[in-house]
Amino acid sequence: MDKVQNNRAWFLVLPVLVLVAFSAVIPLMTVVNYSLQDTFGNNVFFWEGLGWFEDVLTSSRVHAAFGRQLAFSAIILAIQIPLGIAIALCMPKRGVWASVCLVLMALPLLIPWNVVGTIWQILGRTDIGLLGYALEGLGITWNYARNPVHAWITVVVMDVWHWTSLVALLAYAGLQSIPQAYYQAAKIDQASRWKVFRYIELPKMQGVLLIAILLRFMDSFMIYTEPFVVTGGGPGSSTSFLSIDLVKTALGQFDLGPAAAFSIMYFLVILLVSWVFYTVMTNLDKAEGR
Amino acid sequence: MAATTETDTPAVATRGMSLPRIQTRHVVMVLYLVFMLLPIYWLVKMSFQTNREILGGFTLWPQNPTLNNYRVILTDPSWYMGYVNSIIYVVMNTVLSLAVALPAAYAFSRYKFIGDKHLFFWLLTNRMAPPAVFALPFFQLYSSVGLFDTHIAVALAHTLFNVPLAVWILEGFMRGVPKEIDETAYIDGYSFPRFFVKIFMPLIASGIGVAAFFCFMFSWVELLLSRTLTAVNAQPIASIMTRTVSASGLDWGVLCAAGVLTIIPGALVIYFVRNYIAKGFALGRV
Repeated sequence: MDKVQNNRAWFLVLPVLVLVAFSAVIPLMTVVNYSLQDTFGNNVFFWEGLGWFEDVLTSSRVHAAFGRQLAFSAIILAIQIPLGIAIALCMPKRGVWASVCLVLMALPLLIPWNVVGTIWQILGRTDIGLLGYALEGLGITWNYARNPVHAWITVVVMDVWHWTSLVALLAYAGLQSIPQAYYQAAKIDQASRWKVFRYIELPKMQGVLLIAILLRFMDSFMIYTEPFVVTGGGPGSSTSFLSIDLVKTALGQFDLGPAAAFSIMYFLVILLVSWVFYTVMTNLDKAEGR
Repeated sequence: MAATTETDTPAVATRGMSLPRIQTRHVVMVLYLVFMLLPIYWLVKMSFQTNREILGGFTLWPQNPTLNNYRVILTDPSWYMGYVNSIIYVVMNTVLSLAVALPAAYAFSRYKFIGDKHLFFWLLTNRMAPPAVFALPFFQLYSSVGLFDTHIAVALAHTLFNVPLAVWILEGFMRGVPKEIDETAYIDGYSFPRFFVKIFMPLIASGIGVAAFFCFMFSWVELLLSRTLTAVNAQPIASIMTRTVSASGLDWGVLCAAGVLTIIPGALVIYFVRNYIAKGFALGRV
């Protein structure tokens, strides 16, 4: 749709601008302030320059948290994207069962994140949880509160449970938009199932899959509540991802300077990914001729 | 999919009347749904058990189902006020987000103006911003203006990600409405506000519903900001739940019942939004 140039449209946008400026720009400026200053309390501040940034960039604790975060996001994507596509392909195309599948699959997406944490915290316990009890029955000594590997497996399985349906629903939406004619043509050409997937379904799903990858990357990159409830970032700091580590520094120890410098770098990463996201979205809109 | 059988060509989907055969895809689907539902079943199961029964021995279903846990929550103000607080700030946030997002989304869908693309992108970055970055500055901001531990503080904080979400979703729906409708209305002498409320909003009613649902949902599931910004008076249920986790002598049954009650709002409307869930999560762009 071709739009009209009209700068009075700014009046319609103004309320959003004011509101979001209040809840985003002011806090962000506070963060910038803290990142450049030091304090000994009583609201007396000293110019610190880029000292905190140097500290954070060379801090082994931050490096470790960043490494854990990247590893977590990579594992999440590697499991959820293929699994999500597979589930989308297995879903019924239409009818009552399609609705039933949609509803049941979407259920975890709408559960409050701390309840997701609670569910898996219980499930992984060997005395009262199904998962922990079953593993114990198989002869595995399961303890996610003590064993870092077990903690990681619990957190990853929890996230797969929580979010794979989102990837599946997006892929399903992409599949639904493929006209039947494509499949009929493939059938006439006697294309194999794999070829249909590779040359028809996958290219047609490209756009939504990119969105799925970006969404899953973003959300896993700022995950806080679920692992916080399950493991509290432990054992030790083995599941302290970036957000958990940041909150520990900022609200736990009140190290405002490092926390703020950390926040700004965190935010820059987000900004970069958002930009990629935006480009993908606008290109997708253009491709659909909207 | 390599896992599906060779005979399973997509044309099968149009088969309709013939008898269903057991196929790999059905097995995969059933296994996945079981994986989805088992953890939820476990939560529901424990919510119907007494704490003694839970800790007494491992059972697959409640031996003596009891509603006692739910009674505890629904009669104890320190529990049920959590739900009331959550609902208050979630509704405030939804109304606020939609009220400002509707005109803005209209502007984005209909007009070009200086800086429109930058503004649209900036909104997206706020949707993507990690709440952890904002927790401390929000705490200080709202403490300094005397709003700490009020519902409006949480509602305002959640606009950070809900307003951009609402703008993006609504803009997606509004683009689907042909421009000729606007023009005809103006020719017929409708003023902008009257046109917007009387003609345009009914046309995108489903879009408004979807946007409202997602504002409600994302505000309802959020824990970090709502916990940071409240202490006693406006404490949300999510925060009450995490607090009891650390207490000794935890009553698992009550905790599970509280969890089940938080799932209910989503479960109630899920059927109506089933076709829009992907759209909502993908900011209206699917």
